[in-house]
Amino acid sequence: MSRILLSSVAGVALLVSAHGAAAQTEIQWWHAMPGVLGETVNALADQFNKSQKDYKVNAVFKGGYAETLTAAIAAYRAKAAPHIVQVFEVGTATMMAAKGAVYPVYQVMADASEPFDPKTFIGPVYGYYSTTDGKLLSMPFNSSTPVLYWNKELVQKAGLDPNTAPKTWPELGEMARKAVAAGAKCGFVPQWQTWTLIENYGAWHNLPYATKANGFGGIDIELKFNDAPRVKLIQTFSDWSKDKTFVYGGRTDKSNGMFTGGDCAYFIASSATASTIDKALGSGKFGMAMMPYSPDVAPKPQNSIIGGATLWVLQGRPKEEYKGVAKFLTFLSSPQVQAKWHQDTGYVPITLAAAKLTEETGFYKKFPGRDIAVQELTLNPPTENSKGLRIGNFVQIRDVVDEELEAVWSGKKDAKTALDDAVKRGNDLLRKFESTNQ
Amino acid sequence: MEKRVTFNERWLPYLLVAPQIIITVVFFFWPSGQMLFQSVVTEDAFGGNTKFVWFDNFVHLFNDSGYADSVRLTLVFSFLVAAIGLATSLLLAVMADRIIRGASFYKAILVWPYAVAPAIAGVLWGFLFNPSVGSVSWMLKGVGIDFNYVTNGHQALTLIIIAAVWNQVSYNFLFFLAGLQSIPRSLIEAAAIDGAGPGRRFWDIAFPLLSPTGFFLLVVNIIYAFFGTFGVVASLTQGGPGQATNILVYKVWNDGFRGQDLGGSAAQSAILMVVVILATIVQFRFIERRVHY
Repeated sequence: MSRILLSSVAGVALLVSAHGAAAQTEIQWWHAMPGVLGETVNALADQFNKSQKDYKVNAVFKGGYAETLTAAIAAYRAKAAPHIVQVFEVGTATMMAAKGAVYPVYQVMADASEPFDPKTFIGPVYGYYSTTDGKLLSMPFNSSTPVLYWNKELVQKAGLDPNTAPKTWPELGEMARKAVAAGAKCGFVPQWQTWTLIENYGAWHNLPYATKANGFGGIDIELKFNDAPRVKLIQTFSDWSKDKTFVYGGRTDKSNGMFTGGDCAYFIASSATASTIDKALGSGKFGMAMMPYSPDVAPKPQNSIIGGATLWVLQGRPKEEYKGVAKFLTFLSSPQVQAKWHQDTGYVPITLAAAKLTEETGFYKKFPGRDIAVQELTLNPPTENSKGLRIGNFVQIRDVVDEELEAVWSGKKDAKTALDDAVKRGNDLLRKFESTNQ
Repeated sequence: MEKRVTFNERWLPYLLVAPQIIITVVFFFWPSGQMLFQSVVTEDAFGGNTKFVWFDNFVHLFNDSGYADSVRLTLVFSFLVAAIGLATSLLLAVMADRIIRGASFYKAILVWPYAVAPAIAGVLWGFLFNPSVGSVSWMLKGVGIDFNYVTNGHQALTLIIIAAVWNQVSYNFLFFLAGLQSIPRSLIEAAAIDGAGPGRRFWDIAFPLLSPTGFFLLVVNIIYAFFGTFGVVASLTQGGPGQATNILVYKVWNDGFRGQDLGGSAAQSAILMVVVILATIVQFRFIERRVHY
């Protein structure tokens, strides 16, 4: 008798525990953050999982940005999509065009009755990923913006003040030339040249990248970045490259080594590269400032635009699971989590509250320059030209711009021809995107 | 009783080849069929909004000057990889064939690179020739050559050819060496008695007898240069600078998986498949006849 009782108690206990496990809904989160960043991502998921009992977020590293997007697309086609996928900013138009596949974040929040206030976000961060009428499509996660770095030692050798940054491009040219004359292997090198020199130069000087508010107003757009200021800028760099005042270091972030190795005096790069530079050169050995501007184009800079990635919610899962997704997104955008993410990684915080919290902890005093990115993004209220970019086939268009700029750096084309060709080839890709997505 | 045995014999052969056929259908015919279907439709990345467009994807390709450039580049690249790869490995095989002392040591060393995956080979060579930290580029700078494959297209192409050839030489070497060793000693000795020097013996006797091996390797090397070199390009140059190393197989991947242009990418695959089928037919039908078996 007692044995039966015992076993039935055990059976009930088993049932209860099985039920307990089933009640916890798993949420799949596919991301593209390698190494130390990936560990930070796992820590975020852990923290969320410990904070409540109903949902368990499972963070899965899927490779680079392109691989992660491709994996999510393949999974969606096989009807096994993750709930949340991290997609880089250039994939935004691709995601938007996929009607029925994505679940816009504002709707996820509304359907789950999660409180959500767009006003707490930093303008250009929010704007890049929202519709023209201000509805958020994907949750900003890791955002950065280009800033100017300089090597204090090389600058000092050239007889310049190591704590003063050039404010304009002509000033930068002069200072970089002096650094080369004093023995530096290269004066100035850009990272992610299409993003820093073409896209952000446009936003910084309030020039359009494409028609219809940089593509926010529709997909029947044309590229506009072959304007006189940008032709002049690229031609200037081409002239500078003769005496190594400007040196090209390769696509994406391949030029990092030229600055962290101490070859170059000036570097325009993502604000998220700060921690890498800090490790390589040492704290206090480099300075950070806002990007230079061209005074003959604009009397003062507008604001910069972001790069990085956001979290998209995909359709195709049972409805109640999206409540957990909404809770997790709220958790991610909370000031404490954002402030920690910002300080650990160098990405910009997505809310003003997180920036303020970071300031209060004295972080910016300890690491001077880490607040430059937020300053650049919030310099002025964003205009049509500085809200962001929404360009179809953007991955390929960036490749085209890279190719044409490389033709300038190798002396095959002059700046005007190269940018005209880039616009022409890019427009062909836009027409293709338009015909596919009509 | 006898009938049952006949029945068995009728189905047994099919049963025995079934695994092979199933694998071929599932892993070759089915994906190829899907690719052919993709090449005549356009759709958004997530598979929605599918539209049948006849041959629009192909028309786009033929109007794209970048595609024509890539075709030309691939032909030059494949020719150089196959020619340099075959010549180098033949030379090495002839030399290894003559060595008596320590032969297996040399052979092992020469076969080694084949164990290295193309992607790793790319990283290795990229590191050696890295413009700022590479040891080879540092030495080149010493003799006055500014080697920077990041900005110089010709140097980038040279580098991927070197890496691709290095990776394939071992394979060719093994086949050439086996071919050389299967040539009957009596033929070589007879020629030597007749007064033919080493050069004459090689060109008049060994070389013609090696032609079946050489022909087989030519086909394999061209197919390798067309498809197997993807890893080298992806890890070394990503098709750049400009489009200096954007060979067809890399472009297929880049347009399809990075650009999410599945229609255009599938159309390129279809063309590539036809080219390879044609090249193989031409080689077997016309060149084979002149080969001495």
